[in-house]
Amino acid sequence: MSAVSQTAVPAKRESSRAWRKLKANRSSVAGFIIIIFFVALAALAPVLPIPDPVATSWSAIRKAPSAAHWLGTDDLGRDILSRMIWGAQASLMAGVFSVAIAVAIGVPFGILAGYFGGWVDLIISRITEALLAMPFLIMAIALAAFLGPSLTNAMIAIGLSAMPIFVRLTRGQVLAVKQEDFVEGARSVGLGHLDIMLRYILPNVTAPIIVQATLTVATAIIAEASLSFLGLGQQPPAASWGSMLNVAKNFLTQAPWMAMWPGIAIFLVVIGFNLLGDGLRDALDPREN
Amino acid sequence: MVQMPVYIGKRLLVAIPTLLIISIFVFSLQKLLPGDPIMAMAGEERDPAVLEQLREKYHLNDPIPLQYVRWLGGVAQGDLGVSLRTNQPVLELIGQKLPVTIQLAIMSMFFAVIIGVPMGILAAVKKNTILDYIANLVALSGLSVPNFWLGIMLILLISVNLGWLPASGFESIFVDPVRSIQTMLMPSFVLGTGLAATLMRHTRSAMLGVLSSDYIRTARAKGLSPREVILSHSFRNALLPVVTLSALLFGELLAGAVLTEQIFTVPGFGKLIVDAVFNRDYAVVQGVVMCTAVGFIVMNLAADILYVLLNPRLRATL
Repeated sequence: MSAVSQTAVPAKRESSRAWRKLKANRSSVAGFIIIIFFVALAALAPVLPIPDPVATSWSAIRKAPSAAHWLGTDDLGRDILSRMIWGAQASLMAGVFSVAIAVAIGVPFGILAGYFGGWVDLIISRITEALLAMPFLIMAIALAAFLGPSLTNAMIAIGLSAMPIFVRLTRGQVLAVKQEDFVEGARSVGLGHLDIMLRYILPNVTAPIIVQATLTVATAIIAEASLSFLGLGQQPPAASWGSMLNVAKNFLTQAPWMAMWPGIAIFLVVIGFNLLGDGLRDALDPREN
Repeated sequence: MVQMPVYIGKRLLVAIPTLLIISIFVFSLQKLLPGDPIMAMAGEERDPAVLEQLREKYHLNDPIPLQYVRWLGGVAQGDLGVSLRTNQPVLELIGQKLPVTIQLAIMSMFFAVIIGVPMGILAAVKKNTILDYIANLVALSGLSVPNFWLGIMLILLISVNLGWLPASGFESIFVDPVRSIQTMLMPSFVLGTGLAATLMRHTRSAMLGVLSSDYIRTARAKGLSPREVILSHSFRNALLPVVTLSALLFGELLAGAVLTEQIFTVPGFGKLIVDAVFNRDYAVVQGVVMCTAVGFIVMNLAADILYVLLNPRLRATL
C-alpha cells in the first residue's frame, strides 16, 4: 500500500496545481463558459418558453428575424431559435456520446497493448494503424452509410472512427508509466495484472486522455454536423444544427438567416471545446510546470 | 544514401499488414448491411430460383473467408467491383473523378501554405505580442469553423450578393483554364483555411524551436539582419516538419473534399462517395474507402522518405 500513498499525494498536489493553472487561463475559462451556456440551453430546452421545434406553420414560412421569431423561421414555418435550442441537445449529445464510445473502447485496448506488449501489442497496434489510415470523416460516412442514417448510428460511426486515436495515445502513455517504480512495487507485492492496470496504470494515464477527449468532442460535433448535413445523421423532423444547414442551403437567396445561425452555433461550441482542450493541455502538461 | 532503397523496401513491407487489415475492414462493411444484399440487387424479382442463381453468381453461398479471399484477389488486380448504378468498373469511376479532386487539393494546399506559413512565422517571431494572439485566434477559428458552413456563407456573399464567382460547377483545367480556376477558387479557399490553421500552428511551434537554438543566437551575434536570420537560417530548418506535415494532411484534404465538393457541386472523389452512399452503390463506397486508405499510406511513406531526404542527420543513420 506504500506505493499508493507515495503516488496519491503528488497526484493530488499535481491536480490542484493544474486546476489553479486552468482557472488562471482566460481563454480556457471563456471556452468553459461557452460550453456551460450551450449545455444549459440544451438541458433547459423542455422547460423554456419556446415554440414546439417541429410544429409547422404555413402562415410563417421563411419569415426574417422579428419580435415574434427572434432568429426567423424555416421553410416549413418552424421557429429557428427553438430548433437551435433543441438542436443543441443533438449536437452536444453526439459529441459527448461518440467520444465516450471512442474512450470506452480505445482506452482499454491501449492499456492492454502498452501493458502486455508482445503479440498483444503487435495485433492491436497494427489494427490501430490500419484504422488511422482511413480519414476520420470518410470512415464515419462509410460506416454511417452501411449502418443506416440515424443520430445513434452517426454517433457509433464517429465513436468508432475516433477510437484509434485513443488506443494510440493510451498505449504510448502506458509504455512510459509501466516503467515507473510504483508499478514495479505493485508487481513485487503480488498484485494481479487487472489490479495493476486499474489501480496504478489507469489513474496515471488519464490526464492526456482527458485533454484528447475534450478536443475530440469538438471534432465529433463537427463530424455529427457534417453527417447530418449530408443526411446521414439526425433525421427530419427532429432538429440538429447539421440537418438545419442541409435544408438551409436550398434557400440561400430567399432565407439566408436559415443558414447563418446553426453555423454560428457550431462554430461557438467547437471553439469552446478547443479553448478548454488547449487550456487543459497547458495545465496538465508537466513540461509547462 | 545507398541504403535508401532498403529503407523504402522495409517501409513497404510494414505497409502490407496494414493494407490487409484495411481490406478486411472494407470487406466487412458490406456484411453490416441489414437484410439480404441479393434482395436489393434483384429489385422486384422475388422468384426463389432467380435469387438462388444470383447468390451463386456472386458467390454469396460460399463461406465468408472464401468470399473475402476471392474479393481480395480481385482488388489486388484492380478489380474493385462494378457500380450498381452506372455499371462502370469502380476503379474506372475513381480514375475519372480523382483528377478533379487532385486539382482541388493542389489549389487548397496553395491557399493553406500562403496563409498558414507566413502567419506561423509572424506568430513565432512576434511571440506573446498582439500579433501572435491574433494569429492564434485566427488559427483556432480556422480549426473550429465547419468548412461546409464557410462554403455556404461564401456562396451567399461572393456569388449571390456580389456575383463575383460562380457558386457551383466545374471546368477541366485542360479545357478552359481561366474558368476552371474561377470555379475552383472558392472550394479550394474553403478547404485550404482549415489546413492553413494546422500549418500555422506547426510552423509557429517549429520556428519557436529553431529561434531559441544556439546557432540562431550566433547568427544574430555575427550581426546578420533579422530578415536574414529568419528567412535564411530559421525558416529553412523549421520548414522540415512543415513539409512532411503537408504530405500527412492528404487525408484531411480528402475528408474535407467530401463536403466541399458537395456544396460547390464539384464532380470529384468526395462527391462520388456521397452520391454512392445515397444511391446505395456500396461497391463504390468500398472502393473509395480502399483507395483513400492506400493513398494515405503512400503519402505517409512519401512523408517519411521526404523527412529522411531533407534531414542530413537522419540520412546519416541509414
